[in-house]
Amino acid sequence: MSKALEIKGLRKTYGNGFEALKGIDLDVNEGDFFALLGPNGAGKSTTIGIICSLVKKTSGEVRVFGKSIDDDLANAKKDIGVVPQEFNFSSFETVWDIVVNQAGYYGLSRSLAAERAEAYLRQLDLWDKRKVASRMLSGGMKRRLMIARALVHEPRLLILDEPTAGVDIELRRSMWTFLADINRRGTTIILTTHYLEEAESLCRNIAIIDSGEIAENTNMKALLKQLHREVFILDSTACLPEALSLPGYAVERVDDHMLEVALEKGGSLNEVFRLLSEQGIEISSMRNKANRLEELFVSLLAKK
Amino acid sequence: MTAAEQWIAFVTIVRKEVRRFLRIWMQTLLPPAITMSLYFVIFGTLIGSRIGTMGGFTYMEFVVPGLIMMAVITNAYSNVVSSFFGAKFQRFVEEILVSPMSNNTVLWGFVLGGVARGLLVGLIVTLLSLFFTDLNIQHIGVTITIVLMTSVMFSLAGFINAVFANNFDDVSIVPVFVLTPLTYLGGVFYSIDMLPEFWADVSRLNPMLYIVNAFRYGVLGVSDVNIGVAFAMVGVFTVLAYAYCMYLLRSGTRLRQ
Ligand SMILES: Nc1ncnc2c1ncn2[C@@H]1O[C@H](COP(=O)(O)OP(=O)(O)OP(=O)(O)O)[C@@H](O)[C@H]1O
Ligand SMILES: [Mg+2]
Repeated sequence: MSKALEIKGLRKTYGNGFEALKGIDLDVNEGDFFALLGPNGAGKSTTIGIICSLVKKTSGEVRVFGKSIDDDLANAKKDIGVVPQEFNFSSFETVWDIVVNQAGYYGLSRSLAAERAEAYLRQLDLWDKRKVASRMLSGGMKRRLMIARALVHEPRLLILDEPTAGVDIELRRSMWTFLADINRRGTTIILTTHYLEEAESLCRNIAIIDSGEIAENTNMKALLKQLHREVFILDSTACLPEALSLPGYAVERVDDHMLEVALEKGGSLNEVFRLLSEQGIEISSMRNKANRLEELFVSLLAKK
Repeated sequence: MTAAEQWIAFVTIVRKEVRRFLRIWMQTLLPPAITMSLYFVIFGTLIGSRIGTMGGFTYMEFVVPGLIMMAVITNAYSNVVSSFFGAKFQRFVEEILVSPMSNNTVLWGFVLGGVARGLLVGLIVTLLSLFFTDLNIQHIGVTITIVLMTSVMFSLAGFINAVFANNFDDVSIVPVFVLTPLTYLGGVFYSIDMLPEFWADVSRLNPMLYIVNAFRYGVLGVSDVNIGVAFAMVGVFTVLAYAYCMYLLRSGTRLRQ
C-alpha cells in the first residue's frame, strides 16, 4: 500500500531552544483516517506545521505521497490541505473570496475555483454566508470555512488540527459525517483532537505523541484491546450503606446514591448486580465512567 | 506548478491587493489627495506667488513633480508594508505559505499591488495638480520609466519592512521617519543650487534627490543632478532589494518558525 505520509527521525528545536519534537517516526497509509493524539504541548501542531512547511524542521525526513518536502516541496504542497488549529484568514474578506482566492493560489482557473467553492460551501452549510465578511461568522462557521478552504484544491491528504474545538455536538456530528464521507471517497485524513470519542468513532489508526515523542502507534482496535479495566457508575434507588464492599471488585462509594465499580476485562456485570441485590441495593441506572479511549490515554501517559 | 498556474496565482494576489486598497480608499487614496491638494494650495498658490520663479519655472510648476513622486513613493511602500504585515499579523500569510506557488509569484504579486497603488495615487495627484498648473511633460519615456522603477523599488523595500515588522508601529516608522523627511530634503521644495555648498553636498547623499530630480527632468526638462545617476541608483537598489526579498522568502525568515 502506498504511503500518504512518511516521517522519519523528525526533530524540531524552536528558536528559543525548546525541543518540541525529539525524533518522531510516523507512517500514514493512503486512504487512512488517522488520529494524532496527545496532551497540550505534545508537539501535534508542530508536526503538522512541518508537514505543510509553516514550521522549519531541525532534522529528519518528511514525504507526502513519496515527495520529499526538501526536494519536491511544491508538488508535496499540492497534495496537502490543512485546517490549522488557530483561525488564519483575513477578517475583512468574505467567505467566498477566502475560498476562491485559496484556489487561485493553487493555480485553479477562476471558473473551476467558483465551481468548487460553491460545492464545498454548500456541503459545509456556508452557502448562505458566502457574502459575509469572515469576522462576522460564529466560531463553528469559521472552522467550517477553514475546511472548505483546505478542500478547494482537492488535496489527497487532508490534515485537520482540532477541527471540532469549540463546535457544538450537533455540528460536530455533522462534521464527522462529512469527513467520513470525504475519506470514503479516497482522501487520506489526519486529525488531531482532544475529544477521544471523535478519534474512536472516526479513525482506524492512531498515534499518541507525548513530549515530542511517539508514545504509541497502532490501530484503533488493537489499542482498545489493551484496555483492561472499565469503570461503571451506578445509581441506587435508596441510600447506600456507609460501609460498602463487593468481594472481588474494586468499589467506591461516591455519595449516598452513587457508587463506582471497576470491572476487569472479562468480568461479569451480572455478578456485580447479584452481589449488590444480596445487600439489598437496587440499581436504577448505570453508565460508563469515561470514554474508554480516554482511560487508556490517561494510563498510557501515566506509564511514562 | 505550470507557468499557467503560477500566472493564475499571481493574478489572484494582484487582484486581491488592488481590491484591498480600493476597499479602504478612505485610508489609502483619500489622504494623499487631500494632503497634496493642501500643498498645492499653500506652496503653489499662497506662498509660491511670493517666491517667484525657480530655475525659470513658477514655484508651482517646480514643486508639482516632487510632490507627485513623493505620493508615489510613500503609497507604493505603504501598500506593501501594511498589506503584507497585515497578512502576517492576522496569520493569513499562511494561506500563501502553504500553497505551491513560487516565491517570485508571491513577491511580484505584492509588488505589483504596491505599484498599482503608487501609480493610481500618482495619477490622482497629477490630475489634482492640473487645477493649479499646466503640465507639459517634456520626456514622457523618462517620466514613465522612473515612476515605474521607483514604485517597484519602494514596493520591494516595503516588503522587506513587512517581513521584519513586529507591530503596526514598525509599519509606519519608515514612511514617517525616513521616506517623508528624505523626500522633503531631497529637493522637492527647492533646488539644491540654492543651498550653501556644504548642505548641497550633504543633499547629494540623499537618494531621494536623484529620484525627484529624474522625475522633474521628465516633466520639466531640468534637473539639479545627472539623471543617469538616478536610473543607475534606482536600478541597483531594485536588484539588491529583489535579491534580499527572495533570500528572505527562501529562508522563511520571520515567516516560517
Ligand atoms: N514558536 C514556538 N517557539 C517556541 N516554542 C514553541 C513554539 N511553538 C510551540 N512551541 C512549544 O512546542 C511544544 C509543542 O507545541 P505544539 O503546538 O506542537 O503542541 P500541541 O501538541 O499542538 O498542543 P495543543 O494540543 O495544545 O495544541 C509546546 O511546548 C510549545 O510551547
Ligand atoms: Mg496544537
